[in-house]
Amino acid sequence: MAKKILPGHGSGGRLMNEMIDTVIRKRFGGGSVQLDDSAILDVGGASIAFTTDTFTITPLFFPGGDIGTLAVNGTVNDLAVMGATPRWISCALVLEEGLEFEVLERVLDSMKSEADRAGVTIVTGDTKVVPSGKADRMFINTSGIGVIEKQAARREIAPGDRIVISGTIGDHGMAVMALRNNLSFSKGLQSDCAHLNHMIRAAIDAFPHSVKFMRDPTRGGVASVLNEIVNGKALSARLDEESLPVRDEVKGVCGILGIDALYAANEGKVVMIVKADDAEGVVSILRKTPEGKNAAIIGEIDTEFPGKAYLETAIGGRRILPLLTEEQLPRIC
Amino acid sequence: MTSDLNKKMAARLRGLRPERMIRIMEVCGTHTTEFFRTGVRDLFPENLDLIDGPGCPVCVTPNDFLDRAIEIGKTHRPVIATFGDMIKVPSSYSSLAKEKADGMEVRIVYSPIDALEMAASEPGREVMFLSVGFETTAPAEAATVIEAKKRAIKNFSLLAGNKLTPPAVEALLAAQEVKIDGFILPGHVSAVIGVAPWRFIAERHKKPCVVSGFDAPDLMMGMITLVDLVTSGRNETLNQYSRVVKDEGNIKAVEIMNRVFKTSDAQWRGIGVIPTSGLEMRDEYADFDAVRRFPVTPPPPKEAPGCRCGELLRGLIIPPACPLYGKACTPEEPVGPCMVSLEGPCAAYYRYWSK
Amino acid sequence: MCLAVPMTITKIEGTRAVAESRGVETAVDISLMPDVKKGDRVIVHAGFIIERLDENEAAEIDKVWDQYLEQMDTGEER
Repeated sequence: MAKKILPGHGSGGRLMNEMIDTVIRKRFGGGSVQLDDSAILDVGGASIAFTTDTFTITPLFFPGGDIGTLAVNGTVNDLAVMGATPRWISCALVLEEGLEFEVLERVLDSMKSEADRAGVTIVTGDTKVVPSGKADRMFINTSGIGVIEKQAARREIAPGDRIVISGTIGDHGMAVMALRNNLSFSKGLQSDCAHLNHMIRAAIDAFPHSVKFMRDPTRGGVASVLNEIVNGKALSARLDEESLPVRDEVKGVCGILGIDALYAANEGKVVMIVKADDAEGVVSILRKTPEGKNAAIIGEIDTEFPGKAYLETAIGGRRILPLLTEEQLPRIC
Repeated sequence: MTSDLNKKMAARLRGLRPERMIRIMEVCGTHTTEFFRTGVRDLFPENLDLIDGPGCPVCVTPNDFLDRAIEIGKTHRPVIATFGDMIKVPSSYSSLAKEKADGMEVRIVYSPIDALEMAASEPGREVMFLSVGFETTAPAEAATVIEAKKRAIKNFSLLAGNKLTPPAVEALLAAQEVKIDGFILPGHVSAVIGVAPWRFIAERHKKPCVVSGFDAPDLMMGMITLVDLVTSGRNETLNQYSRVVKDEGNIKAVEIMNRVFKTSDAQWRGIGVIPTSGLEMRDEYADFDAVRRFPVTPPPPKEAPGCRCGELLRGLIIPPACPLYGKACTPEEPVGPCMVSLEGPCAAYYRYWSK
Repeated sequence: MCLAVPMTITKIEGTRAVAESRGVETAVDISLMPDVKKGDRVIVHAGFIIERLDENEAAEIDKVWDQYLEQMDTGEER
């Protein structure tokens, strides 16, 4: 283990997972800390989902969203992928001394409008100010509670189950990376930041027993989520390169910066593991919603490489999709 | 390239049945990655193997280059601008990533021009750009220095660490340590230097060569052709990337490269000194030479014990043969450069091939 | 060693140009290929144009390989 915190410890890859196990869960008790998008708790007979997340993105404003929409949608999605109905969220602000009020107001406005459309209410919060230079203008921590009516969307995964993605891959990560490397867009590429609770509700109401697992592929992207799903199991996750929905502009940015879209962050997508015979049905339900219009079946669970995710490439070759240690950097070679 | 032609080529490659083992070296690190990433490597029949050459500029950068860069960062405190590739490479005692965590100002750039604009926009801060890469990248870095001089941007400097690839291949062949039957030659280096500088391989060392592009069809075409050339004993140099590579290369780019840099003997990590295989800055551009502008004596270079990157870069062993591979040396805690760079043989092997 | 991508030049401004690939635009430097023009297909590495891309050459090669493979499949080995 490294002696000091490195960027990789926050990137959703192997370094982070290792830290969570050997540094955090070891101290808080492996049993009590639930390693999932939300923790499932029983409260007087009712079952709730409870989650927390922190948002430190720079720049604060980017095409398709801002730190406020990210905070609300990220929290709502972490609840929705458990099969819960998101209800209440908190908003804890860490503000850098000298931040313009105009910026804060703009962020809070977008949080409020996003929360209203998602049907959640911001019920509590906190505000701290740190000396200038100690934060990058503004950070937001949220936590959220959702109600689980029937049963959490977590069922045993089996070979033959299909892998479904609710839309195009890598939009958010590549939009932000392009901004940072001053690439601009003639046709416009923007973050896919969106709340998915209504879309997910439509899918699991129609197919309550077929949607076995869901996760929003944020940091670390689709490849990291698939690794997490099959990690330690006698199962592997196969993706078919030809069926991956990737926007042309995202392929353009990935080509220029040498990045693999399967590892780029998504802020308005969900990966679903679905029973084979209902996969088409789920996809057609998703496609009826604005967030799910590009939904597709992109692969299958099998046993070819136990514990690993892999890609069947366009020409019929295969390659492993490893869990990266940390975020990818633009490269020249 | 239509997809059914792709599939025909894939079937053709998969169907090859060489009677004896054919070992092809791909010189370029981008080829190493693309053979895995496109899945072409998974199509190889028995008796066909690919050996990684010294083609990843990050892997072959010697320790003293990074030791010097870090020492300059500590004593003269310029902003260090670098390609993302160099961030995690272990130097003798540290790495840019670790120094950045300790507060050193290290910024990642996509182009050397970005580093120059950084200097232009912050006249008070020195900006030192780590100039690595082969003949593909060196002209761009040279052109940046020429522009710095033209615009009199005095707070910009370059730490020259560029390398030339034909001398390295010559050294590998001269050492005759490893059995190589043919070469996949780097497409974008050849776009700059042309095909002529590679002809010595077929003419003097009697091995067929193909200058190849980087898409799946290019890789399949290159391998199918090389197996054909090797089995029929025809030692030819073929340019299969003619949509980009002209026989004479990009004369203007070479001229600009030679205006700023001159060749020098260079240390290749794990291989040793290869004559006339490096580039250093000419006196006319001394004002922009970070070695002269920031005099330092870096600590003595040392290699991690047990690290066999050198033999790997010379194609003598494959990653699993190194005792550290996957144990002491992993992508999280890389010991040798070959595990760090995405294009390093071990990183590519560990990521794409560990079944 | 050298990640480079095919792009199309959309505008030229002195020693710089704007190049586009799949809807993504970026500023590139043309000092290594000063005679490029708007509409040219080029190869870009680390923000510099290093060579032109000849698309009909690429189409030519596809045809050659199509015949080569057809010939191989029908068993007329050389």
